[in-house]
This record gives sequence, structure tokens and C-alpha cells, in this order.
Amino acid sequence: MVYKKTIGEKAFDIFNVLFLILASIVFLYPLWFVIISSVSSATAIASGDVTWLPKGINFSAYERVFSDSKVWVAYKNTFIYVGVGTVINLVLTTLGAYPLSRRDLRGRNFIMMFIVFTMFFSGGLIPEYLNVRDLGLYDSRWAIWLPSAISAYNLIVMRTFFQSTIPDGLIESAKIEGANEYRILWSIIIPLSMPVIAVMTLFYAVGHWNSWFSAMIYLQDRSLHPLQLLLREILVASQTNDMMGGVSSGDVVAVSETIKYATTVIATLPILVIYPFLQKYFAKGVMIGGVKE
Amino acid sequence: MSANTVGSKNKKAPGSLSKGFRRTTFREIMKNRSLYVMLIPVILYFVLFQYKPMYGAIIAFKDFKPFLGIADSPWVGLKHFDQFFNSYYFGRILKNTILISVYQLIFAFPAAIILALLLNEVKNQVFKRVVQSVSYLPHFISLVVVCGMLLDFLQPDGIINRAIMAIGLVNEPINFLILPGWFRTIFVGSGIWQGVGWSSIIFLAALSGINPSLYEAASVDGAGRWRQMLNITLPGIMPTIVILLIINIGNFMIVGFDKIILLYNPATYETGDVIGSFVYRRGIMEANYSFTAAVGLFNSLINFILLILVNQLAKKKAESSLW
Repeated sequence: MVYKKTIGEKAFDIFNVLFLILASIVFLYPLWFVIISSVSSATAIASGDVTWLPKGINFSAYERVFSDSKVWVAYKNTFIYVGVGTVINLVLTTLGAYPLSRRDLRGRNFIMMFIVFTMFFSGGLIPEYLNVRDLGLYDSRWAIWLPSAISAYNLIVMRTFFQSTIPDGLIESAKIEGANEYRILWSIIIPLSMPVIAVMTLFYAVGHWNSWFSAMIYLQDRSLHPLQLLLREILVASQTNDMMGGVSSGDVVAVSETIKYATTVIATLPILVIYPFLQKYFAKGVMIGGVKE
Repeated sequence: MSANTVGSKNKKAPGSLSKGFRRTTFREIMKNRSLYVMLIPVILYFVLFQYKPMYGAIIAFKDFKPFLGIADSPWVGLKHFDQFFNSYYFGRILKNTILISVYQLIFAFPAAIILALLLNEVKNQVFKRVVQSVSYLPHFISLVVVCGMLLDFLQPDGIINRAIMAIGLVNEPINFLILPGWFRTIFVGSGIWQGVGWSSIIFLAALSGINPSLYEAASVDGAGRWRQMLNITLPGIMPTIVILLIINIGNFMIVGFDKIILLYNPATYETGDVIGSFVYRRGIMEANYSFTAAVGLFNSLINFILLILVNQLAKKKAESSLW
């Protein structure tokens, strides 16, 4: 190195590291606060004693939440929406991305335009809502699965991946050996595309896990509600009454707070647990998407 | 068909050419027919769930009656648009939508670039990776949880009021949630918390694509890190910045109204109600379908026009564009 650091640059390096540490605390602290509060006593929370570490550790909030059958139903529903929804997403996205990645497909550009246009223009919330009712999907699980069955953006990401990683020659030689397109897709393309399929699975699954708005407008039947919708009732509309059995009136507010924290943790924990293992794939997904053809 | 056959007997080109063209087209389609079969469910999805609602948007020009259906409801021309443009809400929700978008563009968009640049200056790769991982995390927390936390932290006796009172910033707790003046700050600020790390990924990818020999040459020439950043780093990621700016402006009129309806309350409608939340409230909750379809269509059209204009501009000025 010919160039030597000036004092200003050294100061910058120190400031930079300190700033990034501070930023990391800001990113993490809200969740940390919720977690420690969920296992603290209601009185400690009410008096504002909980800041960095839990006070009066107990799990009564979790007992209250888990003794409510609605939570279990909602949890089960969310797993159904995530599981089936993600499979539908993956199948349809792959079925769209593979043919459109083939340069010898006539009309390919037209079909791409047909798909891309929907990313920039839409009928709007009301026509989409009436459409779901019109198709008879209202108050059924299909209203959650079908309207979001394909993300045009994800389809394009997957197509870009196929085009840039799978050599045309491979497909040609498979054809010469008599493989049909379904076989090529299933036995050649998909095994070679596991990175992008992993990314898509994660994108779609997290999307379903966190989704609540379509459930709110399309599902009236409470037995179909996913966890996020129940969470909205508890956190935003503050409806914790069902879980408050046996609480003396003076403690109502404080206990209701701990219930909110506990449900937040329950709804977020699965993501927090798998997050460290998956986050590198997510980042990779954004990179693939950023590659222009 | 017979006319074509006659035409093809004629040696004069057009007929026979187009017929030959059609024949190869047909052959190519037959050769790849299984590919088209695969596309059928995909196209069906886009027709049923994307294009059919676009057709359904014509109820903006009708008095939609559910029992008559879209086609048979009577036309009313621009009645609903007139009603919207002349209503008290038009100015308010348009202003709120634009202001929130502008704030996002001014604060959230550069924040991601700055975070990427700061991370790029970190020499310790392990530290860099840890900060990155931590910064992506909020992106995966559900909106309901994020808003639930905001509503809890911002209460008069919530943790934020306790903190600013403890350090002596204020003497009285601020009731953030019902003061209209705070709504946009809370909305945009929490949006930065949620998205800054995730949005920085794409800039970090662009940064890693800059040729390291440029930096070596610059430091041989005696350029400090500040100069290197201005003359190498920034120009290096400029195309990415322009593309993302286009996409952002293309979504200018789409404010995440699902987050708005989780955060606002009648006391903050004044500053928080945007086009999307207005459509939700009046349309889905109060069943004013035609009127709100008109409002939504107005929104979509402005957005689409903006996208095309910005893309044209970028093509001319910055020589990079979406298409």
C-alpha cells in the first residue's frame, strides 16, 4: 500500500464500527424487549422495571395463551396455508419459468410482456375482492391460496436462473435421447436448480406465514383464521378477554400486556429459529433477482 | 382457407410467404406443445386473477349492483370520479399519499445506500457479515407484529416514552399514537427499521462488482478514501441506484396501506389516511364498490403514467432503464 491512512480516516473507521454496532442494537432490541417481557411478571412490566433483562421470570402468559383453543386452531390453519400455498406457488412458478426460459419458444416475448404488465398495473383492491367473491372463493381456503398463486417477480427470477445456469446443449441432448419436456423439467432442470428453488420456497413460505390481509377480507369463518389475523385482534385491537380468566381487575392491563408479548413471541419464534440457517439463501435470492439478462 | 390456397398458387410473394411463415410457426408450436401445455395453468392464473380484475375495474364507470353483475350494471360515465375529485377526502388522501411517498424517497431510499456504503468500508469480514444478518432480520418479522410492537412501545407509558423521559428529552409523555403530527414520522421511521438492511443487499451486490484494481490505481495516485468513494464507488453503483429509483418512483402512489390500517385510528386519519386505506375503508368495509373502484383506478393510472415517464427520462438522461 502506497497510501497511508490519515487521522480523519482512522476516526471514520472507529465511528463506522460504533455506528454499525448501535444500528445492530436498534435492529435487535425491539424483539429482545418483547421476549424478556413475555417471561417477566406483570407487575414488573407495569412499573417499567423491565429494560435489559427479564424480571420475576415466569411463564404464566404462555400458559394463558396456550390454554386458549383459538391459538391452536390459528396455528394449525397457518401451517395449512403455508404448506399447501407454498406447494401451489412452487409448482405454478416452475411451470411458468421453465417454458419461458426456452429461447426456442414462439411467442415467448409476448407471454413475458403479458406477465410483466401485471407488475405495473392492476385492477385494484375492489375489483380483485369482487373477483374472489365472484369465483365463489369467499370464505374458503382457496381465497388464500389462489389469488397469490404466482408472484410475477419470483417467476422472472426463476426464469433468469434457468437461462443463466442451464446450458441449452443439456436440454438438446436430453431430447435426442428421447426425454420429453416433463421429464427434462423433472429430472434435469429441477435437480440443477435447487438453489433457486430453496430461495423461492423461503420467499413464498415466509410470505404465507406473515400474511393477514387477504384472510381478513376473505375469511369470515373464524375457524379458518390464520395466526396473524388472531394476532392482529390481540395486538392491534387489544382483544385479550378470552385469555383473562381469573385475573383481578387491578391486574387486567398488566396481564393483558404480557399476553400480547407472549403471543408475539409464539408467532415469531419459528421464523427466529430458522432465520440464522436461512438468511444466506434469502440474500442469494435478491442477488439472483438483480442479475439482468 | 380456400382464398389462401388460391393465393399460394400465385407466384407473387405475399400469400405464399405468409403461408410458409404460418406453416413454420405451426410446426414450431407443435414441436414445443408440451411447453405450451405447461403454461396453460400459469396463463389461466394471470387471466383469472390479474386480467379479469382489470376488466372488473370498469365498475368505476358504472353503478355496480351485485345482483346485476359487472356487465349488466348501468353505465354512469365519470360520476364517481367527479364525486371523488369534489369530495373533501380527495385533497387529504392525495396529500398524505404523496407526502409519505416523498418521505420514503428522501429518507428510506438513501438510508439503504448509506448502510451499504458503511458496510462496504468495514474491513473485518466477520463483523460485516454479522451486522448484515442482523440488519435483514426485521424484514422477516410480520407486519402485524411490527405494528403491534409500535403500538405498544409508543403508548404514553410505553418504552419509548420512558426512555426519552429518562434522558430528559421531555418532561411529559408524548401520546404518539393519537397526535396526527407524529403519524408519518412513525410510519416512515419504522419502515426504515424494517427495510433498510434488506434493501441494502442489492447495493452491496453492486459494490462487490466494482473492479478492485480501480481502488488500487486510485490509492497509488494518492486519492484518499473519501475521494475513492466519490469517484469510484458511487459511479460504480449509479446504474443500480437509477434502476431502483425508477422502480421506487413507479410505486410512488402505492403506500403500504396494510401497514397504515394497522397503525392509524380516527384521530390520525388527518395525516395517515392514504388512497389505499381510504379504498379499503369505504370499499370493503362500507361496500361502496363503484366509487372506490374509481378511486383505485385513478391511483393505478397515475402510478402507471409516472412509471413510464420516469423510465423515459432515465433512458435519455442516465442511459439505464427498465426496458
